[in-house]
Amino acid sequence: MAAVGLYNYWIVVFLMMAGFYIVIAHDNLVKKIVGLNVFQASVFVMYITFGKIQGGTAPIIAEGITTYSNPLPHVLILTAIVVGVATTALGLALVVRINEAYGTIEEDEIHVQDEES
Amino acid sequence: MTEHLAALQVVIPLICAPLCMLVRYRDWSWIVALFGSWSCLVISWLLLQQVMTGGIISYHMGDWAPPLGIEYRVDTVNAFVLLIVSAIGAVVTPYARESVRAEFGVNRVYLFYTSYMLCFCGLLGVTITGDAFNLFVFLEISSLSSYVLIAMGKDRRALTAAYQYLVLGTIGATFIVIGIGLLFAETGTLNMADLAERLADKPLSRTIGAAFGFLVVGISLKLALFPLHLWLPNAYTYAPSVVSAFLAATATKVAVYVLLRFLFTIFDVKLSFGVMPLDSILLVLAVIAMFAASAVAIFQPNLKRMLAYSSVAQIGYMILGISFANVNGVAAGILHLFNHALMKGGMFLALGCFFYRIASVNLDDMAGIGRRMPWTMAAFVVGGLGLIGVPLTVGFISKWYLVLGAFERGWWFAAALVLLCSLLAVVYIWRVVEVAYLKPAPENAPDIEDAPPSMLIPTWILIGASIYYGINTDLTVGAAKLAAQQLLGAG
Amino acid sequence: MTGGTAVAFAIGLPLFGTILILLNDRYPNIREAITVTTSICLALIVFGLVPEVTSGGRPSFVLTEIVPGLPIAFEVEPLGMLFALVASGLWVVTSIYAIGYMRSHHEVQQTRFYACFAIAISSAMGICFAGNMLTLFIFYEILTISTYPLVTHSETKDAVKAGRTYLGILIGTSIAFLLLAIIWTWFLTGTLDFTPGGILKGKADGPVLGLLLFLYMYGIGKAALMPIHQWLPAAMVAPTPVSALLHAVAVVKAGVFTVLKVIVYIFGIDTLAGIGQDDWLMYIAAFTMIAASCVALTKDNLKARLAYSTVSQLSYIILGTAFANSLGILGGGMHIAMHAFGKITLFFCAGAILVASHKTEISEMDGLGRVMPVTFIAFLIGSLSVIGLPPLGGAWSKWYLMLSAADAGQIIFMFVFMVSSLLNIAYLMPIVARGFFASAKADKHHDDHHGEVSFWNGVRFGNIREAPPFCLFAMTITSVGCILLFFYADKIYRMLAPVAGIQG
Repeated sequence: MAAVGLYNYWIVVFLMMAGFYIVIAHDNLVKKIVGLNVFQASVFVMYITFGKIQGGTAPIIAEGITTYSNPLPHVLILTAIVVGVATTALGLALVVRINEAYGTIEEDEIHVQDEES
Repeated sequence: MTEHLAALQVVIPLICAPLCMLVRYRDWSWIVALFGSWSCLVISWLLLQQVMTGGIISYHMGDWAPPLGIEYRVDTVNAFVLLIVSAIGAVVTPYARESVRAEFGVNRVYLFYTSYMLCFCGLLGVTITGDAFNLFVFLEISSLSSYVLIAMGKDRRALTAAYQYLVLGTIGATFIVIGIGLLFAETGTLNMADLAERLADKPLSRTIGAAFGFLVVGISLKLALFPLHLWLPNAYTYAPSVVSAFLAATATKVAVYVLLRFLFTIFDVKLSFGVMPLDSILLVLAVIAMFAASAVAIFQPNLKRMLAYSSVAQIGYMILGISFANVNGVAAGILHLFNHALMKGGMFLALGCFFYRIASVNLDDMAGIGRRMPWTMAAFVVGGLGLIGVPLTVGFISKWYLVLGAFERGWWFAAALVLLCSLLAVVYIWRVVEVAYLKPAPENAPDIEDAPPSMLIPTWILIGASIYYGINTDLTVGAAKLAAQQLLGAG
Repeated sequence: MTGGTAVAFAIGLPLFGTILILLNDRYPNIREAITVTTSICLALIVFGLVPEVTSGGRPSFVLTEIVPGLPIAFEVEPLGMLFALVASGLWVVTSIYAIGYMRSHHEVQQTRFYACFAIAISSAMGICFAGNMLTLFIFYEILTISTYPLVTHSETKDAVKAGRTYLGILIGTSIAFLLLAIIWTWFLTGTLDFTPGGILKGKADGPVLGLLLFLYMYGIGKAALMPIHQWLPAAMVAPTPVSALLHAVAVVKAGVFTVLKVIVYIFGIDTLAGIGQDDWLMYIAAFTMIAASCVALTKDNLKARLAYSTVSQLSYIILGTAFANSLGILGGGMHIAMHAFGKITLFFCAGAILVASHKTEISEMDGLGRVMPVTFIAFLIGSLSVIGLPPLGGAWSKWYLMLSAADAGQIIFMFVFMVSSLLNIAYLMPIVARGFFASAKADKHHDDHHGEVSFWNGVRFGNIREAPPFCLFAMTITSVGCILLFFYADKIYRMLAPVAGIQG
């Protein structure tokens, strides 16, 4: 039952694919950003998962505890979250500007307007 | 002081960025950026000298010893790339003054210089770092700021181009994180040198294979390898002139460097090209990129877009060289990295000059421009001759080594294809030459002067360098060969 | 001045002249004086090199090293010496001719014309004196690019189209085939120096050498082997001095000269004869000779006819080279000089006819010989030399080429040479005959086109309506040259003997 035991990774794969699908399939620019976030979140989960060591506790040194989880992935993901937030902010800012310029945030409508101009 | 050069290379532009934001008054932000880019050039030159004579430099950030601490590691390969990036930055910044003012309005220039310095810092950081995760962070710094830079274009399509780039770029970056994460899961380290050592002992596992795949795809997206190049043409077309020039000359080059680093240093040559059939995959993609993108370039009415597609084709040349996986081939790839940065940077700057004077880069508006702006057009033509690969230009040197690498590998058909593809470059360059020189200017065309010296001189510095390094190849070929030997010698 | 510096001067001087020409854009007299002075100085420098080269010296000079082991280097050897003599000597004559032609034809952009012309000559000198294949290739490309503005000089739609053909074929073949062959050679041998006896000997087996030969022959588009000859007729839209010097002498001869160099110094004639991979080349060259002559017969436009004649004559040299024996190399080398003088005379005449009577079609030239006697006599002399009749220079080269065919045991090609000579007669002689013997058609409307014409724009005397004196002077010199070459052919023979491997 090893495959079931790795259910964290199944979640990662599911989230990743779902996010990816949203980015590709949706015309709405905001929804694309949401998809991108889901996609990135799956990676966060992945990192956290392999930082976990079975039987380990939080990496705070204390009496009688010998096994700790690896703290490094958490730190890395903290950075990655910051990057993700920055990306989202920038993406949304762009969407606002696009809305001002085109009056819509639907990709197909923008495309039509570009063709016309 | 000298032992901190490696850190200063990144720290100086990083400090300059907020400074640009703070000193909003007129040209002061430009002066800050100028200081930042020129001091970076000096530093990268010193670093290259040190590396060529004294071997690899290892700098421990905050004095934390690797593999735990972040290490900056400079060898011939990235010292050379650092020099390219900072040299382009140093040439583009003086040019930017007039061009940015004209395209942004005086009140908004500081925003440009802030993101420009951030982008510069990110690119240098990606190149200099010896830590895989740190590489990702710097990659995102440079990418995020370049989305901003592209979105600053005047045309509203710049916004959608930037958005498209943001989505694809983020996917690429996330792929890279996944790859790095898998490598970390397998080896427990993020330091590149350490990774290479630990991976060498391990048999190929599914994790390593997956990491390899994610990394290659992610990086290929960043470097716009066909068919992952879709973001590039729009981004380069609608970005402000300076940005197109800067990104075309540096961003994709740095991505190519990252690919080299992963394929040759972190993974082994035997893994990349022996166990994984990457050589034949890269070969096929590179050849398709060369031909398809060149063919598309021929039909573009917008010259910036034409050059953008030409860039995709030229990246194909670099990847082709890498796929040969021998010293001459990899050296040709690295050499073309440098050479193409000079030519394409110079040509985009020339287009910026046109835009400055006639507010258009469409082929139709170029009629008779050869006589109205002789120096700018001459720069464009010389750059174009380089793209074709005419002797005495840098393009010829790249092609020489590329073809030699193909022969060495025994792929003589690839050699023939490289040269055949040059003919497509003849077509798209000469199309412009005919219009610019042989079509009379419209009757009502206003009298214009050539571009101002502050723009013309940087353009000609790059174009002149593309001639100089086509004749005197001591530095470029020497460094590229040394770099290729280091990369291949490790495996 | 030592030999090495003289070589550097020979290449640098025209470039220096170019700068002076560009600076004197506004002063036509000074500009043209500079052109003529530069050309005379160049010719003197080149002539000064002759004694050293004939006595076995090889003046050389290294500019810089591009790729490790591959410098831009120059070395004068007899073949190059001969070509340089022809090109630089005829540049003097052409410069004088050009003054008359360009002014009385009211051409635009004359400064650009003279400047590009000088660059083209400089690169022709570079080709002559190249010490290795890379250097030769570099100047070969510069020559192509510098002549492009000359071909598209008139900036009309036709010129643009012709320019496309010109550049497309010349750049295309040189990059796709020639460069490939050069890099392949470098890969096989590790050197590109022109070495007597060849460098490819024993480095590759027969089929590879055969493929290389193919790449070289079709890479050298300037040699106009069919079917890549189209650029040459296309280039005829250029002003006549360009057609005369560049497309009858410098550019096309650069092509066949490169062929000679490749065969003699890269392959080595013994190697080539040994592998027996060059039969196809003989047949292609023979085909080009005959086919181009046949096309020439059908052309009514004088310059087009001359262009096809050039295509055919170039293949004489290629065929001689393909025999891969001493006499073939000798005859081919000699034909470079002989054909140059003959053909340039013919082009001078074509240009003179255009300037003086505004006629380009042969069918319009009835009786013109009586109006332009000097021009038509020069044309006669040039034609006879191209046909190869004594006492004109063309006779000797054909003689040696025929001998070489016999020597190679290829009797069939002796017939090809003869048939081709007959065809030469058929397409050249009618022009002269028309000019002198046919009665002029009544067309007056061209005659007083410009009203009063000054002496410098056309010599007029009774019924005579001749070309400008500068043009007449130039064509007289070259036609006298054709005759002199017949009597002094032994000098060329002695000069070329060491290259061909004949004990002189």
